[in-house]
Amino acid sequence: MESIELLINRKKVKVEVDPNTPLLWVLRDHLSLLGTKYGCGIAQCGACTVWIDGEPMRSCVLPVSTVGKSSVTTIEGLNEKAEHPVQVAWDELDVPQCGYCQAGQIMTAAALLKKNPKPSHDDIVAGMSGNICRCGTYHRIHKAVKRAAEIASVSNSTKKK
Amino acid sequence: MKTTRRSFIQKTALLTGVFSLGFDWFDSKASTGAIQQMNPVLDANRFNAYLAIENTGKVILYSPNPEIGQGIKTAFPIVVAEELDVDWKQVEVRQAHLDTQLFERQLTGGSGALKHSWDRLRKAGATARHMLVQAAAQQWSVDPSTCKTSKGFVIGPNKGQKLAYGALVDAAAKLPVPAEVAYKSRAEYQLIGSFVKGVDNHRVLTGKPQYGLDTQRPGMVIAQIVRPAAFGATLTSFDASEVKKMPGIIDVVSFKNKVAVVGKSTWEVMQARKKLVCNYSDTSNLESDSTHQKWFDEGMKTDKVKVERKDGDFHAAIAKAAKVIEATYECPFLSHSPMEPMNFFADVKPGSVLLVGPTQVPQSAQKAVATLLGVPENTVQVELTKMGGGFGRRLNNDYALEAAELSSIIKMPVKVMWTREDDMTGGIYRPAVRYHFKAGLNEKGEMIAFYLRGVGLNAGNSTRQDNFPVGAIDNVLIESYNYNSAITTGPWRAPITNFLASAEQSFLDEVAVAAGKDPVQMRLDWLQRVKTNPVGKITYEPDRFIEVIKQVAEKAKWGKKGPNVHQGFSVYFSHLSYVAQVAEAKIVDGEPKVTHVTAVTDCGEVINRSGAENQVIGGIIDGYGHAMFGKLSFDKGVPQQKNFDTYKLIRGNEIPTVEAHFVNNGIAPTGLGEPALPPTGGAVANALYAATKKRLYKQPFAGLDNANL
Repeated sequence: MESIELLINRKKVKVEVDPNTPLLWVLRDHLSLLGTKYGCGIAQCGACTVWIDGEPMRSCVLPVSTVGKSSVTTIEGLNEKAEHPVQVAWDELDVPQCGYCQAGQIMTAAALLKKNPKPSHDDIVAGMSGNICRCGTYHRIHKAVKRAAEIASVSNSTKKK
Repeated sequence: MKTTRRSFIQKTALLTGVFSLGFDWFDSKASTGAIQQMNPVLDANRFNAYLAIENTGKVILYSPNPEIGQGIKTAFPIVVAEELDVDWKQVEVRQAHLDTQLFERQLTGGSGALKHSWDRLRKAGATARHMLVQAAAQQWSVDPSTCKTSKGFVIGPNKGQKLAYGALVDAAAKLPVPAEVAYKSRAEYQLIGSFVKGVDNHRVLTGKPQYGLDTQRPGMVIAQIVRPAAFGATLTSFDASEVKKMPGIIDVVSFKNKVAVVGKSTWEVMQARKKLVCNYSDTSNLESDSTHQKWFDEGMKTDKVKVERKDGDFHAAIAKAAKVIEATYECPFLSHSPMEPMNFFADVKPGSVLLVGPTQVPQSAQKAVATLLGVPENTVQVELTKMGGGFGRRLNNDYALEAAELSSIIKMPVKVMWTREDDMTGGIYRPAVRYHFKAGLNEKGEMIAFYLRGVGLNAGNSTRQDNFPVGAIDNVLIESYNYNSAITTGPWRAPITNFLASAEQSFLDEVAVAAGKDPVQMRLDWLQRVKTNPVGKITYEPDRFIEVIKQVAEKAKWGKKGPNVHQGFSVYFSHLSYVAQVAEAKIVDGEPKVTHVTAVTDCGEVINRSGAENQVIGGIIDGYGHAMFGKLSFDKGVPQQKNFDTYKLIRGNEIPTVEAHFVNNGIAPTGLGEPALPPTGGAVANALYAATKKRLYKQPFAGLDNANL
């Protein structure tokens, strides 16, 4: 057991855990941040995707001890009012079916758009192919990423004016 | 008190300022006590099991059926809100927990929810609306027939007569309940058939806890359960001494061939269980893939089959046939693999049991747990959580029973969680099946004889003997044979038909080619025959079949897409809905690739355009993905795939585009969670045949069994 300090969703928190514990289980069991999901535990499905310093990472295989001073962002920290362009697009196109994988999909999509604000269809398909959706919502996911890029570009151009 | 079918029972509750009204559609289940208990909302008038209206005008709609991603929690309230005539923005939807007094058929399975509840839901909304209109008319001293409603208001005949439902509910709730009410006509629908977003979207998008695995209760411990690695193996002894030394471990207990490791946190339990040493009985005779192949071979030869259907004389007809076509198809076991693995919370206390978790059949969980623990059913409370998929896996409550049994042993509230490996190797699979088809054609290329034998492993009757093309053929023989396997199976999205349709629709394509007929026209000719002169009992409506076939041929431009687009046709009737599909394959870089699927569905009235499209497109992707990639294999009873690194689920870069069209006929709604899946495998196999001239007989198509793909 070790006392570990973390920066999660812009808040400092302290946990007493085995330092090998994957970040996923620290979030879920110790901090009751339950939006990040367990799907496979071996970084195959992407349901557990969070950001470490803005980079999408699989929290199910990331020992909490390696997080250090990095800033962790989970689905709860993306936008509580669901006003992030990706969340808005996801709702507009009614992407979720069972919804279980969507936190991971959304965190992947939002990270993709930060790096590539105007992705092509191929960029979207390639960028999202690491996340499994058992309900088969892939078409709407792809459309929603494109729509989110449009929403973001409109809101950016409005801000600039 | 005598209550009649669809009677209402009106009761004044003795709670402060609250009037509650309950009803039961069928008999006298809704006793006084039940009605009073069912009203937990003290500031609202609960008109019936499905709806309550607050004085503020807020409408609370209760959705009784478990939500597994099929969209029922949105679809049910749409119907009630439509007939109540409220603005969807006024509506808050709540998941009702298991309540056998208030609701019937509180389950998810068989694509049957809307079919069952369509009239109940409409009546729930229309009755409350009727009473609100009566209340307003009384207040204005006008004839109720001169009043109308609009988006949560009653509007009277005279100027200024407009009252919100919220202002009328107290008066309305005191009025007599009508025995019969009028429903809206289709032309008046504003919500039904429109694009309505999922009512849980905001919770999903912001990561709010709502799934079973998110359950956290005071004093709760976490458990994982070690089951035998091999199906058929028996636990003889175990050594948990090292496990108990691990940090965070509370207890290790054994029951029913299993060992449960109980601890404070998920990770600690995951680590500790690795130290468990289990000894099993001799496992040398357990089943492998080779065993199953042997059983299939034997099953195809045995004369101990069950005859499922017999029309005319198949053997005599096939002996006279000018041409005989034969083919054998096979599918492997499949895991359901919903994204949320199995889990359940149980708190067994003297006198009460609380169960919380994802189940498609909460009432079965209640009954089974009551039986297991020897307690009265009414002391077992079941709270429904949203489910991270189900696909049939959660029709089996084995994991809920485990949680209850464990809680009763350790006397603690416990959440049992299956890891992905537990989930994939722990059983309840789509059964492996082999089919053999035989068709006899006369000189004109007409099918005069049709034979099917299904051999399944824990599949029961692996045929659907009364389904099309049966009814169109004079001489039919359909047989099934079942092997009892140690490998546990259960319903998997569109049970049996998920592969039977694929095999049969591929075979009929082969028949069409042999007969020199167009596959679409061949079906239409047969259905014409069924309409005029059906052979024996049929379970489908030929006209509805014909309509989806004609529409899909038109939408997909059947036969008109040019030489580089290879089309495959398929049509199937299941769960009372009709789905026709055309898949398209192209040769890309020398390899065949399925690029597009067009589907036309007749599921009667489409309740939610968004949800309906999701079910059809998702069902097709599910059917395509599993036809291409899905396989769970066995060696000495042990599943050889344990996680998504070896058990391949389809990903977003592997999907064809899909078009979903619906027949607009206004018939009462039928199933939609499953019917789009069965036709897909056949449409895909037929398109790939058109592209490569190679038939695909074994799923998965992209596996080693079909080296050319």
